[in-house]
Amino acid sequence: MRYIDEFRDAGLARNIARAIAQAAQPAREYRLMEFCGGHTHAIARYGVQDLLPPNVRMIHGPGCPVCVLPIARIDAAIALARRPGTTLVTYADTLRVPASGGQSLLRAKAQGADVRMAYSVAEALALARAQPGREVVFFAIGFETTTPPTAVAVRCARAEGLKNFSVFCNHVLTPAAMAAILDAPGGVPLDGFVGPAHVSTVIGSRPYERFAREYGKPVVIAGFEPLDVMQAIRMLVHQVNDGRAEVENEFTRAVTPDGNRKAIDLMDDVFETRERFAWRGLGEIPRSGFRLRERYAAFDAERRFPAEVAAAPVPDHKACECGAILRGHKRPQDCKVFGTVCTPDNPIGACMVSSEGACAAHYSYGRYRDTAPTQEAA
Amino acid sequence: MKADYIRPLDFRAGCVDMTHGSGGRAMAQLVDELFLPAFDNAWLSRLNDQAQFTVPGRRMVMSTDSHVVSPLFFPGGDIGCLAVHGTINDVAMAGAAPLYLAAGFVLEEGFPLGELRRIVESMAEAARAARVPVVCGDTKVVQKGKGDGVFITTTGVGVVADGVEISGDRARPGDRILVSGTIGDHGVAILSHRENLGFETTIRSDTAALHGLVAAMVEAVPGLHCLRDPTRGGLATTLNELARQSGVGMRLDEAAIPVAPEVSAACELLGLDPLYVANEGKLVAICAAGDAERLLAAMRAHPLGGSAAQIGEVVEDARRFVQMRTAFGGQRVVDWLTGEPLPRIC
Repeated sequence: MRYIDEFRDAGLARNIARAIAQAAQPAREYRLMEFCGGHTHAIARYGVQDLLPPNVRMIHGPGCPVCVLPIARIDAAIALARRPGTTLVTYADTLRVPASGGQSLLRAKAQGADVRMAYSVAEALALARAQPGREVVFFAIGFETTTPPTAVAVRCARAEGLKNFSVFCNHVLTPAAMAAILDAPGGVPLDGFVGPAHVSTVIGSRPYERFAREYGKPVVIAGFEPLDVMQAIRMLVHQVNDGRAEVENEFTRAVTPDGNRKAIDLMDDVFETRERFAWRGLGEIPRSGFRLRERYAAFDAERRFPAEVAAAPVPDHKACECGAILRGHKRPQDCKVFGTVCTPDNPIGACMVSSEGACAAHYSYGRYRDTAPTQEAA
Repeated sequence: MKADYIRPLDFRAGCVDMTHGSGGRAMAQLVDELFLPAFDNAWLSRLNDQAQFTVPGRRMVMSTDSHVVSPLFFPGGDIGCLAVHGTINDVAMAGAAPLYLAAGFVLEEGFPLGELRRIVESMAEAARAARVPVVCGDTKVVQKGKGDGVFITTTGVGVVADGVEISGDRARPGDRILVSGTIGDHGVAILSHRENLGFETTIRSDTAALHGLVAAMVEAVPGLHCLRDPTRGGLATTLNELARQSGVGMRLDEAAIPVAPEVSAACELLGLDPLYVANEGKLVAICAAGDAERLLAAMRAHPLGGSAAQIGEVVEDARRFVQMRTAFGGQRVVDWLTGEPLPRIC
């Protein structure tokens, strides 16, 4: 496939791997966080870790949108889906995220709630048009990548005068979460970030400059293909060696310093930043999530159905180490329930739900490294 | 003498109604005017509640498969031919020659008779081409809203020759793993016709009866260890099943696994992995290393195995991991399918 195979070329990968191995100083540790789930998935699926020297370690960040959804928001989505005459539409992975009381949207659906899986918010709009007698609520999740399409849908709904369409907004902001990781008490064992790919096509590279300037952490924005990731790692290793902390852009074919102005304006028209928003594993983070502006209140599920969207926070599962893993303090295999109680088929923590989650990626692609072939599987 | 049925079935505008499953005259008419002429064989036309036949050899093979695919008609096939191929293949994966099929239909009230005829004729055509007749059957009708058009269950019997011992628990360390052609075609063809996905492809389902290919393979290598058709869950899940049954691990070479460029592109767009996408006309074979070349040549000489390839080997691994060297040069686990990304694919 053109424009795909070029970015997965094994020969080029070997060349970059050699360059990384030569550049990485043996006495030094390089702890690099890929923020995005897309990068986590690419690293696991293509076996990128195998091509890196042992002292260059990738830490999987919180950039998997379903992984950071707090339990209370899933509970609210289930309550919305159970409202009589209501259809809840959302992206597929969201269906399996564990909620309170052993529930999930998938289980609620099996029990009769009308929950539909969609590839895009446009499907939710189409459903609202086709079923004027039913309330259609779009359970909107994701970072700055999926936010502009939600904004477009809300504007379309207003322009068309749709009365039965609303958005349960859980869109979250990347730079706020990166800052929260760096601000965590006790410090963070991090030497640099592989910066987001698709998010950066929207917001541009400028919003990361403060991480270089104020926190002294290098950031290299990278595409989601495995060669992109390798090249970004090489650039980070050089920055660390040189003692530099800059924002560099490996993904120049799609990312500009200022991003996509039109998309940013759309988001700005429809959404405003919440004072704070709860993230699973990371807790409340100031100015880290969006809500609909007052002028779009008619399309805001939180304002229209306040009884269902209760505000009380629900604590994460006690044994689950998602928080420490998302902050880079622990690896998935360090968690007691990893691969025993918590598996992709029966996730306890949200990191085990999506293939972009740190635990699911390690379980599905990398767990052969944890034991020797002669050991009986646990 | 007066005709049994005053008015013939209206295949142009008529629909299935509850009487077609009642056991009464309307059901008899459906059998007489649709099923008997379509399947057209001596067993069925005797109109008994069962079919009688003698079978050669001593060891019989039996398998059954229910088909609930949505949509009913898709590029390269429909639920009718799929129901024939699916069960023939399950029987053939024992290295057996399939002999007879039985078919059970669950029809939803209101389903157009014209579409039912298309499905039944496609089934009959597939059975004729495979030389495996449908010798008995059953029809039930459920109320509107209690089904989804048509569900078809087929059961097949066959016989297996002496000396052929093909079973999922026979993979041994050192064995070679072969696949009969490109993977993922069926699943992507189905997906491209789902109403909520606005994408068009030229990909057609690979649905096919594989007993001819299996016969050629067994002739070339009678000591073949394992055969399985990677349907739901795709190649990845099938290999995990075999690894578990045999208590072994596997090492695959991603670059050797055949995937059509269109399938690969569609999977990129939809965020799917072709390793987990269903096939309906492909098989996985495991044989001793020394037999691999002969087996591959026999597969490639058959029209349904033209792009067959050796994709990996069986290794000792108490954890029963299927691992893969990625085309990128890394290593990873190829795990069981998790969740249900593509419901009702067959």
